[in-house]
Amino acid sequence: MKPRDLVTRSGPFLGLVGVLALFGLLIGPGFFRPANLDLITRQTAIVGIAALGMTLVIAAAGIDLSVGSTIALATVVIALLLRSQTSPALAALAAVGVGAFCGLLTGVLVTQLKLVPFIVTLGMMLLVRGAAKGLAQEQRVEAPGTWLNDLLRTLPAGEGLLVPSGIWTFLALALLVAGVLGHTRFGRHLLAIGSNERTARLCGVPVEGCKIAVYTIASALAGVAGVMEFAKLSVGDPTVAIGLELDAIAAVIIGGGSLTGGKGTVFGTLVGAVLMTVIQIGCSQEGLPNWVQQIVTGGVIVAAVTLDRWRQGLPGG
Amino acid sequence: MAEELGAPPPRFAMRGIRKAFGATLALGGVDLAVRGGEVCALVGQNGAGKSTLMGILAGALAPDAGEMRLDGEPFRPRSPQEARRAGVAMIYQELSLAPHLTVAENIVLGTEPTRLGLLRGQEMRDRARRALEQLQHADMPLRAVAGTLSPAEQQLVEIARALAGSCRILVLDEPTSSLGRKDVERLFALVGRLKGQGQAIVYISHFLEEVKQVADRFVVLRDGKNAGGGETAPVSPREIVGMMVGRPVDNLFPRSPRPTGEVALALEGFGTNGATLTLRRGEVLGIAGLLGAGRTRLLRGIFGLAPVREGKVRLAAYVGRPSPGRSWREGVGFLSEDRKEEGLAAGMSVADNLTLSRLRGLGPGPFVRAGAQEKAARHWIGRLGILCQGPGQPVGELSGGNQQKVAFARLLHHDVDVLLLDEPTRGIDVASKAQIYALIDALVSGASGGPAKAVLLVSSYMPELLGLCDRIAVMHRGRLSAARPAGSLDEHQLILEASGAGAA
Repeated sequence: MKPRDLVTRSGPFLGLVGVLALFGLLIGPGFFRPANLDLITRQTAIVGIAALGMTLVIAAAGIDLSVGSTIALATVVIALLLRSQTSPALAALAAVGVGAFCGLLTGVLVTQLKLVPFIVTLGMMLLVRGAAKGLAQEQRVEAPGTWLNDLLRTLPAGEGLLVPSGIWTFLALALLVAGVLGHTRFGRHLLAIGSNERTARLCGVPVEGCKIAVYTIASALAGVAGVMEFAKLSVGDPTVAIGLELDAIAAVIIGGGSLTGGKGTVFGTLVGAVLMTVIQIGCSQEGLPNWVQQIVTGGVIVAAVTLDRWRQGLPGG
Repeated sequence: MAEELGAPPPRFAMRGIRKAFGATLALGGVDLAVRGGEVCALVGQNGAGKSTLMGILAGALAPDAGEMRLDGEPFRPRSPQEARRAGVAMIYQELSLAPHLTVAENIVLGTEPTRLGLLRGQEMRDRARRALEQLQHADMPLRAVAGTLSPAEQQLVEIARALAGSCRILVLDEPTSSLGRKDVERLFALVGRLKGQGQAIVYISHFLEEVKQVADRFVVLRDGKNAGGGETAPVSPREIVGMMVGRPVDNLFPRSPRPTGEVALALEGFGTNGATLTLRRGEVLGIAGLLGAGRTRLLRGIFGLAPVREGKVRLAAYVGRPSPGRSWREGVGFLSEDRKEEGLAAGMSVADNLTLSRLRGLGPGPFVRAGAQEKAARHWIGRLGILCQGPGQPVGELSGGNQQKVAFARLLHHDVDVLLLDEPTRGIDVASKAQIYALIDALVSGASGGPAKAVLLVSSYMPELLGLCDRIAVMHRGRLSAARPAGSLDEHQLILEASGAGAA
């Protein structure tokens, strides 16, 4: 591997190490206590799962602004189903299915009406949010407690799983998505569409089918993120996760993705997502107010893209 | 081009203009002068240096050496803006209006009259109207949105814009290629009027009959040098072609015995102009024609990249309307003329670009094994001598010739039977050209192993067509002639027919 490649691939990771070291210095070794690491992973899971799908969409030079709304809809769907005595597994599956359906709709609109994904998903963002509020009659939906609520619950010490099952799900999905993007024809096709759609078409890549598939998968993953969000809240909340899509996009970009497509790795995205969580948690434990966190996170995003440009010497971002 | 003593200097004169791009000499000391009230045609084959010369006049390119004068004054524009302010107006083949703005807004674009920063609508429209009156087209609606106009009307607006900007030299680059016959006549009348008003006009065209009709004088460029010129009246198109060609066909083109086999591709009444042809294994069929004659469209239609309603494509085992995916599966590969925008994904690796059409088989089931992909890429990198750091290097970092070899290797990796090649050697160095010629010969003669392939070749470079092809058909304004043996044709004949002057 050439030195430049090494820097390109490990850039976000080095950034994460730097930020961890910074908070380690500021807060002391207590920052690395297991409880804190547990907190970091649990807080990363929701945006992280959403960002997995976003990685695929952005690799294909698309964008999905409806992720936060899809998560909210998923929590409402689960709560309503649980209230009507549906089994938790079925309720969770339904939430993922509803997410997938939203993505299918997005994909069809993007490919058949030849609309810009930014506009379509901006519309879907409002549409899905509205649907969630309507279903929930504009209030939180209480639901009976089930094992779904344990997905992100800290385990009592000494239990075999180390981290909650929701985190294992997150990691398994990350491996799966990384495998799809890096080692399948479909993954190559997505990157080719993102890199140069005309070349992809010329080479016989089923461009429309790939786009429909990628929005469906991404929204299904947003549905999974919705399950995790429900686990955290234990109620259905139609106003939750507003703006979460922007965090997911930021994670992808910090991790080396490019909004012009053709780039992005799951590993980078995970690092980007963890980096943002670490900044949040570190800042709040250091006693810094929320507005400082926001300024720092904003700075990190701009710095990441600037560094990426500078490394490549190419227009991008 | 000598100036007589005492005569006023020409409107503009370019003298000894040289321009090199890297190792390629695009212009090797070219002279061009045009007087006010004169129409001078600039002719030459593709790559002869016409666009480079006009780019220098328009300030888009800086000459390496040479002198330019405008009305006797030294003229050295450092940017297109500067050239435009000095009165050089270019009307390009592709129209360059802002399609959402009105006719009047387009005409005054960049020089809008304002007061206190606010647009003065009335004066804007007055100026636009004066420019249109000068063209005797005062009937053009000033408030019409430019994008809704016909190509001919849009061109008129562009010329009006040039006049409103008080132009001194008007360059018309292939102005008739998107016009119908009637509009062409109207344009010629307009050029005549502008000439009468004392404009200096450079008229670039491949259509030699047009040149004779509209221009007083002509200047021929060949391989970046002046290759003749004079009054248009006494010369025939054939004589002009003689000056354009001039060069003997060098022996770049190997020709192995090519036994022709079964029909690999047949068209029956294909496209709006009903193209019909038969291509057999073991032959190279060439399509000659001018830019915009419809050759690329035909090729894209056959491959399925352009929609075609009429007619059918018949392949060995398949008849119907093609799509790119289907074509690849049926063993038809396409090489795009536009390497940068379409042929290759510049950001992706050599290996990805080379194998993109056929990732199947490079791993079990839906998977792609990076190792298998690299191995396949290495094979072709070696076979074609592609200079790169390795299969993982982004293809955009390679030289033009090596990029083209990657694009070509995609067809070989896919192991297609029919190769549709659109300008396969455009913009690449001579060594890479020779390699691609040898490769094409090996593919159709069966020397590369496996059954002989069939090649359909579109090229604007006549020596290439004559050197490579077994048969050649000519396309003129969308119509494809019958294919004839290449041995019975020569460059003169092809150019004459392509420009519509031959007895096709």
